[in-house]
Amino acid sequence: MSEVRTRTIIVANRQGLHLRPAYALAELAKRFRSRIRLVKEDREANVSSLLDVMTLGAACGARLSLVAEGDDAELAIEALAALLEKDFDAPEGP
Amino acid sequence: MKFADFVCRPAIRAQLLTDHKEGAIREMVKALVEAGEFARDEEESIVKAVMKREELGSTGIGRGIAVPHTKHPRVSRLVGAVAVSNDGIDFNSLDGEKVQLFFLLVSPLDLPGDHLRALENISRQLRNDTFCRFLKNAKSAADIQQLLDDADRGQFA
Repeated sequence: MSEVRTRTIIVANRQGLHLRPAYALAELAKRFRSRIRLVKEDREANVSSLLDVMTLGAACGARLSLVAEGDDAELAIEALAALLEKDFDAPEGP
Repeated sequence: MKFADFVCRPAIRAQLLTDHKEGAIREMVKALVEAGEFARDEEESIVKAVMKREELGSTGIGRGIAVPHTKHPRVSRLVGAVAVSNDGIDFNSLDGEKVQLFFLLVSPLDLPGDHLRALENISRQLRNDTFCRFLKNAKSAADIQQLLDDADRGQFA
């Protein structure tokens, strides 16, 4: 049964949603059937499209809405929110 | 951030001569050196740094577009080069297609905002198919410059 799930997330990546995090999001979104989008103020991006995500210019600390629509919306939201709240550009281990 | 804010105009190349990835990057870095943005002895290290980033994952984002990039300790602000390859170059792109439009970005070490804003602008403009098509068919650096100016004036996005 199709559902809609929404969650507010704060971008944790120190350099914002540039190419590498946008790519990781798109790859992760492929695992789900739901249609997933990110909303920043009046702009919307389909997370499956790198170009779309990069048009948001979402910097570290940006507040976005993550919206998933489909029968696995809950799982999709959990997975993508976790990714968005991760700092990709943190230096690797010691 | 408009194209005028970061594209080095003398470094625009309307017809890349090379037919492979590293060649394309080298031509664009050379163009920036010739335009006075970098010293000649920095060319090699910049090409290497851009290629190293490519190893993490191709910057060929699909639709015939690539955004190769790196950071550099001696730039104080983002500088970019734009180039077109009429035949297209195999860039190991995400959609498997050859790349015709290249935006090379060299950023300061600690100003991630500039890079992000440039990507934002590039993405927004290139989502417009007409802009993409016109750029791919550009015959001269002057043509490309005109198109970037038109984009900055809001003609396409």
